[in-house]
Amino acid sequence: MALPAVLRRPAVVTSDRRPPVALLAVVAVIGVLAMLPLAYLVIRAAGADERALELIARPRTVELLISSVVLSAGVGLGAMLLGVPLAWLTTRTDLPGRRAWTVLTVAPLAVPSYVLAFALIAGLGPRGALSGALESLGVERLPSIYGLPGALLVLTLATYPYVLLATRATLMRADPALEEAARSLGDSFGTAFRRVTLPLLAPAIGTGALLAALYAISDFGAVSILRFDSFARAIHVQYRSSFDRSGAAALALLLVAAAFALVWAEARVRRRRAALQVPHGARRVARVVPLGRWRWAAVAFCATVVGLALLLPAVTITYWLVRGLGQGEPLQLLAHPIRDSLVAGAAAAAVAIILALPVAFLVVRYPGRLASIAERALYGAYAVPGIALALALVFFSLNVVPFLYQTLALLVLAYAVRFLPQATGTTRAALMLIGPRVPEAARSLGRSPFQVLRSITLPLLRPGLLAGAALVFLSTIKELPLTLLVAPTGFGTLATQVWGAANEGFFARAAAPAAVLMLISLTSVALLLRDGERSA
Amino acid sequence: MDRAALAPRRRSHHVGVVTVMLGAILLAACSTGAPPTAPVGTSASRDPSPAGSASAGPSTSLTVYSGRTEELVGPLLEQFETASGIAVQARYGDSAELAALLLEEGDRSPADVFFSQDAGALGALAEEGLLAPLDPEVLGRVDARFQDDEGRWVGVSGRARVLAYSTERLSEADLPGSVTDLTDPAWAGRIGWAPTNASLQAFVTAFRQLEGEEAARAWLEGIVANDPVVYASNTDAVQGVAAGEVDVALVNHYYLMRLLAENGPEYPVANHFFPGGDLGSLVNAAGAAILSSSERADAAAELVDYLLSEDAQTYFSEETFEYPLVGGMAADPGLPALDEIETPEIDLNALADLQGTVELMRETGAVD
Repeated sequence: MALPAVLRRPAVVTSDRRPPVALLAVVAVIGVLAMLPLAYLVIRAAGADERALELIARPRTVELLISSVVLSAGVGLGAMLLGVPLAWLTTRTDLPGRRAWTVLTVAPLAVPSYVLAFALIAGLGPRGALSGALESLGVERLPSIYGLPGALLVLTLATYPYVLLATRATLMRADPALEEAARSLGDSFGTAFRRVTLPLLAPAIGTGALLAALYAISDFGAVSILRFDSFARAIHVQYRSSFDRSGAAALALLLVAAAFALVWAEARVRRRRAALQVPHGARRVARVVPLGRWRWAAVAFCATVVGLALLLPAVTITYWLVRGLGQGEPLQLLAHPIRDSLVAGAAAAAVAIILALPVAFLVVRYPGRLASIAERALYGAYAVPGIALALALVFFSLNVVPFLYQTLALLVLAYAVRFLPQATGTTRAALMLIGPRVPEAARSLGRSPFQVLRSITLPLLRPGLLAGAALVFLSTIKELPLTLLVAPTGFGTLATQVWGAANEGFFARAAAPAAVLMLISLTSVALLLRDGERSA
Repeated sequence: MDRAALAPRRRSHHVGVVTVMLGAILLAACSTGAPPTAPVGTSASRDPSPAGSASAGPSTSLTVYSGRTEELVGPLLEQFETASGIAVQARYGDSAELAALLLEEGDRSPADVFFSQDAGALGALAEEGLLAPLDPEVLGRVDARFQDDEGRWVGVSGRARVLAYSTERLSEADLPGSVTDLTDPAWAGRIGWAPTNASLQAFVTAFRQLEGEEAARAWLEGIVANDPVVYASNTDAVQGVAAGEVDVALVNHYYLMRLLAENGPEYPVANHFFPGGDLGSLVNAAGAAILSSSERADAAAELVDYLLSEDAQTYFSEETFEYPLVGGMAADPGLPALDEIETPEIDLNALADLQGTVELMRETGAVD
């Protein structure tokens, strides 16, 4: 793609400088933490016997690997197709009810994908609500929701907010001057968007899509409910049915290899584009694009996405709740799981942000081999199946830091490392928009590095940091395998309550914690987005 | 927008978010350092302090790993706390995943008692030498069919395999006399099952033990040839019967009982118990064991004893619709009595050999 000359200028004028040793050391420690699960898998897989190796050599393994990669790439693509238009509509246009849509389109992040899967089956499955309505109109059979279509739909709806939030943070930071210059020089709206806006957004979109794709590749709950034969599902079956940790570990290593192939592909695509820096200058609020006669089509688009990703699960949960109450089911006391969810989510978000900052600084200010290795290493803990990560933590904490075993501190660190790519992605994208010159100017005017960080860089980074914190918070409160296996004994979140009840078929009892989980998430999304808008 | 007017509020909001996050980190850090002081007699299973951590050493608090969910056994453990004065910390999860966790922890496990959904996970731990022998008096209360022959675990409640069927599309006369009849092509496209579910795999393991590998393979191939609908769980399968996706489902008896309780008696599904000692009416046990690494073996023995008390056995019957396994206890009135079900003759210890079952199920295409 031909970029306007002004954009071809390399982002970072300081790339020949060597990164400070302290920064490298901090990032190295974080990278090692993220790679621990892989070390564990290698240790376990080394103990695999012949039977386990035969298991891996089957043609079925390749088939499963291919279907997982197809699912994962499809979800990444789908998340872009939903997330980018939604981000643009909710930041740059006169979309009716724009603020409400902003919250509602991000909120599905709060719906655990297994709840969404149950809801879609209830709504769209055979003999579901939609099928029942269509039957009276003479439609006999809907296309099956089970298998790849259902898995693609559910995981795309569960993950497009990653793309939406990352894109949104960049759109709100980017100076609109370039786009306006392109328009004033005669580019049509579409051309300006393609040639100027999209390249600016590329790092954010890529980061979000990668998060979505890797979520899909390691997801177990939704794919098993929707009966899609993915590789992650086969790994869980191996862990659960054979008590064979070696064979499962060997399979998990293959999955992680596939995940790293995706990470590498995304990095290549990103490198092909020039690393962009937007002259920050005196940033202005972007001109609102009037949607004109498209505005109701845009509303319909938002409504469809929100209807499927948020309204359908909400209605399903309400139905469970009402039906359960009708059958005399008592409402459970939720104070303890609410507190545990909030503490775990907030602490994990804070720790993740603290860990994300040095990584993002290294990657953006000192790009090079070391930085890209460090950044990619972080995906090690993100892409492994949850149970493998949990067992890795058990192994290392018992052998290295037994006093931390089954403590809340270890759990919070585990969450933070698991979801770190969500925080580094948004932080990096935000940092790339600042450029080194503003902080450099402040330094030259006599400010100390700490003062620069506090008074210049951090405030400018805020939307990116908050978006990252929100992602980690929401991921943490719906997380299951780590919470079940690594948390202090007796610690339980709303997600484990939902899981415990729904797993036994007590949908009525799953409804109350699921409803509270969604309310907390909606509230936190609303608060964080409001904060983001104010600071913009 | 009047930015100057907004600035102070924005700042306070920012400070608020940071304060909440720092507070949460502090809370996390504090509860790390907190000593395990779960007070005796309180509802400590809801207390998040890590009383069971490996470094804690002996304390009055018991740590239970439960493969049965909090929904099921939480109230029971609270009753035990009240009755015994022993505080209990429970970790809930999938039985097989908890077994994997216990295998990973080895002799450093903070767990005292493992309460498993099925005999297979207990068998795997017994094989690795992680379980301590139980008191013969306690073992004596339960039929020998439902315990380990070396006394390392004991069955607590029983789950019968049944064929859940649609009362709208099938009458009793249409039902098969044996689980082997389901391989008849007449059942093509009408069967639902959850082949990754531990209960079904335990059933296939029993099939292999009783009828041999080849018969089990033939049965699996026959079922797979009938193109069964694969469900993620037994509950899904029963709901599939109610929704008309399939006519029958191979499940445990109590999933229907719960759906009946939730949906009302007009729910269009019923349980069929295969007659005449058929393999299809296998009764599997959820059981308990004491970890040999436990430093609180006496308190652990008290809990196992309590699980086999009249109170606990009645609880299982009334709340989870399972069969009480202690002699003389009655099952739910909606169920046939346990001694009326002619169960096949099988040693439940043999159900630990899941590896062979999983391989057979893979080879026949029943699971991935």
